[in-house]
Amino acid sequence: MSAPTPRRLTIHILRSAPGDDATPHFEAFRIDESEGMTLFIALNEIRANLDPSLQFDFVCRAGICGSCGMLINGRPGLACSTLTHDLGTEFTLAPLPVFAVIGDLSVDTGRWMRAMSERLETWIHATTDADLDAVEPRMEPALAEAIYEADRCIECGCCIAACGTAQMRPDFVGAVGLNKIARFRLDPRDEREDADHYALVGNDDGVFGCMTLLGCHDVCPKGLSLRSQIAYLRRGMAAQGLR
Amino acid sequence: MRIFYTDVLVVGGGLAGLRAAVGARRRGHDVTILSLVPPKRSHSAAAQGGMQASLANTTKGAGDNEDVHFEDTVRGSDWGCDQVVARMFAHTAPKAVRELAAWGVPWNRVTAGTREVVMDGKHVTLEEPALAHGLITARDFGGTKKWRTCYVSDGTGHAMLYAVSDRAIAEGIPVHERKEAIALIHDGGRCHGAIVRDLVSGDLTAYLARATCIATGGFGRLYRSTTNAVINEGMGAAIALETGAATLANMEAVQFHPTAIFPAGILVTEGCRGDGGVLRDAAGHRFMPDYEPEKKELASRDVVSRRMEQHLRAGHGATSPFGQHLWLDITLLGTAHIDGKLREVKEICRNFLGIDPARDWIAVRPAQHYSMGGIRTDATGAARGLVGLYACGEAACWDLHGFNRLGGNSVAETVVAGMIVGEHIADLCESSDGDLTFSTALAAEFLSREEARLGALLHGGGAESPVALMTRMQTLMTDNVGIFRRGDLLQDAVTELRALSVRARNLHVGTQRRGANPELVTAYRLQRMLKLSLCVTEGALARTESRGAHFREDYPRRDDATWLQRTLATWPDPEQATPTLAYEPLDVMSMELPPGWRGYGARDAIEHPDTERRAREVAALREARPAADRHALQAALLPFLHLLPPRLRGPNARAGGDA
Ligand SMILES: Cc1cc2nc3c(=O)[nH]c(=O)nc-3n(C[C@H](O)[C@H](O)[C@H](O)COP(=O)(O)OP(=O)(O)OC[C@H]3O[C@@H](n4cnc5c(N)ncnc54)[C@H](O)[C@@H]3O)c2cc1C
Repeated sequence: MSAPTPRRLTIHILRSAPGDDATPHFEAFRIDESEGMTLFIALNEIRANLDPSLQFDFVCRAGICGSCGMLINGRPGLACSTLTHDLGTEFTLAPLPVFAVIGDLSVDTGRWMRAMSERLETWIHATTDADLDAVEPRMEPALAEAIYEADRCIECGCCIAACGTAQMRPDFVGAVGLNKIARFRLDPRDEREDADHYALVGNDDGVFGCMTLLGCHDVCPKGLSLRSQIAYLRRGMAAQGLR
Repeated sequence: MRIFYTDVLVVGGGLAGLRAAVGARRRGHDVTILSLVPPKRSHSAAAQGGMQASLANTTKGAGDNEDVHFEDTVRGSDWGCDQVVARMFAHTAPKAVRELAAWGVPWNRVTAGTREVVMDGKHVTLEEPALAHGLITARDFGGTKKWRTCYVSDGTGHAMLYAVSDRAIAEGIPVHERKEAIALIHDGGRCHGAIVRDLVSGDLTAYLARATCIATGGFGRLYRSTTNAVINEGMGAAIALETGAATLANMEAVQFHPTAIFPAGILVTEGCRGDGGVLRDAAGHRFMPDYEPEKKELASRDVVSRRMEQHLRAGHGATSPFGQHLWLDITLLGTAHIDGKLREVKEICRNFLGIDPARDWIAVRPAQHYSMGGIRTDATGAARGLVGLYACGEAACWDLHGFNRLGGNSVAETVVAGMIVGEHIADLCESSDGDLTFSTALAAEFLSREEARLGALLHGGGAESPVALMTRMQTLMTDNVGIFRRGDLLQDAVTELRALSVRARNLHVGTQRRGANPELVTAYRLQRMLKLSLCVTEGALARTESRGAHFREDYPRRDDATWLQRTLATWPDPEQATPTLAYEPLDVMSMELPPGWRGYGARDAIEHPDTERRAREVAALREARPAADRHALQAALLPFLHLLPPRLRGPNARAGGDA
């Protein structure tokens, strides 16, 4: 069995190193495609063989940790779970917009997400500590599953990169933030009420800033139902606003 | 000179580090966490299958308790673990699950009534009692007598990590992201913090602390074929080793997971088999019952991985362009189950294999997965050799897992150890040993030493490629220090690793940038990873027996008479070429569960002279107190409660009462 000639890929990568003088520019790298090649494999090959200074972020390389969000032909996605096979022989990679660029394809989502978490207080608010020796409080199985549905967000930043409002308003919490509020609203262990949620997202940096273009919904690598989470939250917050 | 002061420095923002940090913070101490990446990206996020804790809520968990969990863990470890630690762990695990529930983890819950499950390849109907409705449910995992693994679909680690990470934010604990501890500051007797490199700017800072806790995870990236994240390079263990004072233990105890997808090495959870999936060969034959009639696919991981490789060697592998593999078949679980409980598996199969696991079999082959060894600590998490240094999670050898860890016991260990060690760290800070006594001269000395090391790499004018040497090391470890080990191959590996270490003193780093510089990072980590590889390989070569995941073809029997010992590795002189090995005996006479057959795998262990005497003693103790409750009996056999922080000592309630 003779192996078919591999495709020759030309990958245009937006290079930049904040602090250095050079303005961001595309640089082309050419490699041979291998079977089952992902962008994780391709980028590592470029770094190993063509340019050891190339910056990008991968951790789990399995689509689970959310480190490798980038613009792939202009569209936000996870590089590790993108097969080169699904792209043309020539394509572009660029860092996610909105987030501070660390260098090349690496951006600082961590600081952005932490600030969002602090602002929206994305944790369970309970007035008493749990008794760790006692049988746990019950929860309806379907409710636990519904909470997990929203809890699956991996904070990759793709929804922010795809969001018209986030590009214009630096304080907009984006789909990632709104989805978190939706998640904690569902959770009976969190004692906050809708009035508390309203104080956090009942404004133009929150749920009313969303222009319902829903780029977020289309690009979410985890397939979260951001459209319905946001719509549901918006109705709840509108009702709260009328009180 | 940049100096940063904090009471407690936690190196690592995975589950273990975060939970330890919360504990110390809640006791009023100032805590700072360092992480290579945003903490929610830590590898803990990748844990899929679940967390063991003996809640006994389900029908198949009925009768479970700390005793059963303890015994499963000891058998799983092939009697290599510290039984006191296993006791502390089994006792605290239910509290950890319940705490996580209170912090928001959406554990899957029991639904009362009947349901269809797959067991041993057959559809079976189970009935869950009304009493248990809405309590935390559990699935089956390898090497356990009961269904004990609590889960959140197959995103358990993700849900846990997000809850604990958000809890750390709630407690106001700062995480210094994209920072790497590259050396510990110490005076030979006490640890005073770490030298930390900013991975963006390249700046070095001395972090000075009363207590330093290493929670940096495992070192899977010593191997080419691994389920581990790319950041799991063992730097925490390596910088502890480089102190010359701290000790690593059981580094040769490396776990290989049966079901990494082939060839990418990405894991699909043991939950696939726990929920009823089976392994098949090229002919479609389910082969595990031929080798392991008792536990079949659900024997412990070391046993299943070995049987798979044995079956491949016997010529039953399926062929692909990348080599031989076997199949994992979960088609019998049905679409609804896979869509609900194995959705990460489904995504992974789609993204990386282009298949639908509800219809197609999954190509799998064992790959490196877990490091049982690590920084040797005592039961409180204090590192041997340096006061003020602690370790927890996969980076530590607390010694819960001995020579093989059970699935679901690792994420459980991270939070349980975090709960315990965080309190002991706070105790230290509140004692006179916790006083701030360090000198800035010491910090300056370590800073300039590390500056010099990095400078030498950047400007040393060497010729060797860091990437090429790293790749060679990883290939060598996978080929020679894998599932089946043999004296001559291990000796070859030692020889070559030493040669690689010599070459690694002469590296060429082309990128001269001081800040973000992946090439420089590879270069300095490579030198340390070679030291860890030597610890693993020398330990494996010296251990002339087979125990748990350490299997020697030339010494296939477990040898309790000679090898009921923990390997200790130190590196006292930076110039020495290989680690110094020493051994710490495990005391059979104080074991609650004396060595025996595991219930799966080989039965031909060479007995320790004390085993029979201790077994008789234990039996006599049980007989003499027929009326005693299980807790009193247990306390007589192996006291452990005094080692736990007071708030964790209470008995665990179970919905069905105490079994
Ligand atoms: C694919 C996969 C699936 C798994 N599934 C399960 C499962 O279902 N059940 C189970 O019990 N176990 C499972 N495990 C094992 C378990 O997930 C890990 O053992 C556990 O999560 C390790 O947690 P940790 O906190 O010790 O380390 P990690 O989560 O790996 O965190 C390490 C932290 O240390 C930081 N760090 C590392 N080095 C440095 C340094 N030099 N300076 C500063 N920071 C540093 C990193 O940034 C990171 O924040 C799985 C493992 C894998 C690989």
